[in-house]
Amino acid sequence: MDGLQSWWSYVVGHSDDVFEATLEHAQITVTVVILATVFSVALGIYVQSRPTSKAIALAISGIFLTIPALALFALFIPLVGPGNSPAMMALFLYAILPILRNTVTGLDEVSPAVVESARGMGMSPAQQLWRVRLPLAWPLIMTGVRISTLLTVGIAAIAILVGGGGLGVFIQGGLTRLGLPNSVESVWVGTVFTVVLGLALDAVLSLIQRLTSSRGLRA
Amino acid sequence: MAVEPKIRLDHVSKVYPGTDTPAVSELTLDIDPGEILVLVGPSGCGKSTTLRLINRMIEPTGGRIYLDGDDVTDVNPDQLRRRIGYVIQQIGLFPHQTIAENVATVPKMLKWEKKKISARVDELLDMVGLDPRVYGGRYPKELSGGQAQRVGVARALGADPSIMLMDEPFGAIDPITRESLQNEFLRLQDELRKTIVFVTHDIDEAIKMGDRIAILGKQSVVHQADTPERILAYPVDDFVRSFIGAGTAMKGLAFERVGDLDLAPFDGPNGNGESGAEPTGTITADATLYEALEEMLRTADGKTIVLDDSGEPAGVVELSHLSDALRTAQDEARRHYDELEAAS
Ligand SMILES: Nc1ncnc2c1ncn2[C@@H]1O[C@H](COP(=O)(O)OP(=O)(O)O)[C@@H](O)[C@H]1O
Ligand SMILES: [Mg+2]
Repeated sequence: MDGLQSWWSYVVGHSDDVFEATLEHAQITVTVVILATVFSVALGIYVQSRPTSKAIALAISGIFLTIPALALFALFIPLVGPGNSPAMMALFLYAILPILRNTVTGLDEVSPAVVESARGMGMSPAQQLWRVRLPLAWPLIMTGVRISTLLTVGIAAIAILVGGGGLGVFIQGGLTRLGLPNSVESVWVGTVFTVVLGLALDAVLSLIQRLTSSRGLRA
Repeated sequence: MAVEPKIRLDHVSKVYPGTDTPAVSELTLDIDPGEILVLVGPSGCGKSTTLRLINRMIEPTGGRIYLDGDDVTDVNPDQLRRRIGYVIQQIGLFPHQTIAENVATVPKMLKWEKKKISARVDELLDMVGLDPRVYGGRYPKELSGGQAQRVGVARALGADPSIMLMDEPFGAIDPITRESLQNEFLRLQDELRKTIVFVTHDIDEAIKMGDRIAILGKQSVVHQADTPERILAYPVDDFVRSFIGAGTAMKGLAFERVGDLDLAPFDGPNGNGESGAEPTGTITADATLYEALEEMLRTADGKTIVLDDSGEPAGVVELSHLSDALRTAQDEARRHYDELEAAS
């Protein structure tokens, strides 16, 4: 109880900082996810009908996920210097796989009969894509976007280690002062707000997913 | 002078990439305006390939294709397909669109006015026996198989194409629903007079649906292309004979009506015909000879009373009528083929 109270008074005492850090964290995440979505969906559309490219693209984006976050973040410092930029580049690479995989799977799962009838009615390849294949794959693509968002929100907390901002500031700040007053509270502020931000973004995306998916596709 | 064929396949071939033997080899076939031509043959003989060559879902590797006398072998295939209705067994309705949106697909692509499209959608759904107010807003997953195929047909009729290609359209539907879909489709065709190429592997469906039937062997080689009556009366070779199967002659009885016969007189309920007993079974004058035969067999009389419109006996149909009818059909068909041969 005491812990919760001191945590809360820490939040209230630093409300401006907490708000700013949360906003920055959200900005990093949203920017990265938007860019990763555009890139991965486009890539997914391109590789879906090309088995070799598809295997390579999925393998590489899978390898990205296995690279330790800190190493990947640091890798970009020589290119763009410290700050949010190297962090966002690394996060972008992490965010690719879930969206790419779901785009490919979503397009794979479109019934051949549906594509056959679309072609048979004289739809051009572009019309087949925009009017039929993408709308059908869309719910699965959005699921990928949601997974990438959660992934990004969590990993973005270490942006501080490459000179970036976001809620990681509270975690890192608390950890380096461990044992001093308010250090634990600071770690918990960073952690809790990261989780809450993740849940909030997921709720928003879930709503978007619902609104943008056809009623005819709901189970 | 014969009318210009609506569709002309001129030595059309298809060799799929990576295969040696053609799926369709030098197929030449004319399809007349307003007829239902059924392509029938064993599985894998190239029926679907042939059909898909007509709307260029696949490109021929040889030969030319003409629609209304125009060579369409090299025109833009997307434009071509909007002029041709295409119905497949798996239907392929768009699950993310309502029934109305599905049916509106081609008119929308052709950029019709909104009002015209929605009027057309209602008209088409009515035509296939689905109330637009009930079904227009539904999604495909909310339909039965039979209803979905009705929508498939309505969608293919979207922009009123003069040609319809149908690949085993009723093949995945239960027998009772299939029967009613076939009947409704024939009734619809009576009004619409589309030129239809209809693929099936079921000879009975071919006989029922076809104005003409083309019996295809391996690589879409045409063994016989003719009216169902003639094919049943006079199969030209062993392949056709074995494909149309047993009971062929009897199937031919379904094409003639009792009312067209020169009936034997009816001697009254207590009359004493030579055979002793009068027939007990009755049928109407619009019954087919096949139905007459069934009635004769059922009553074991070898003959059956024919009733006129007012339900009064008009005469008697006897077994000899049936054998005469079969022989006449066979003679007619043989003469036809003899003439063809003489002419060539
Ligand atoms: N895309 C394809 N690639 C290679 N071979 C094919 C392809 N489609 C069909 N075939 C072959 O062509 C032949 C004719 O097939 P199809 O036209 O589907 O026959 P049907 O419709 O009469 O059952 C078959 O031997 C089949 O295996
Ligand atoms: Mg087939």
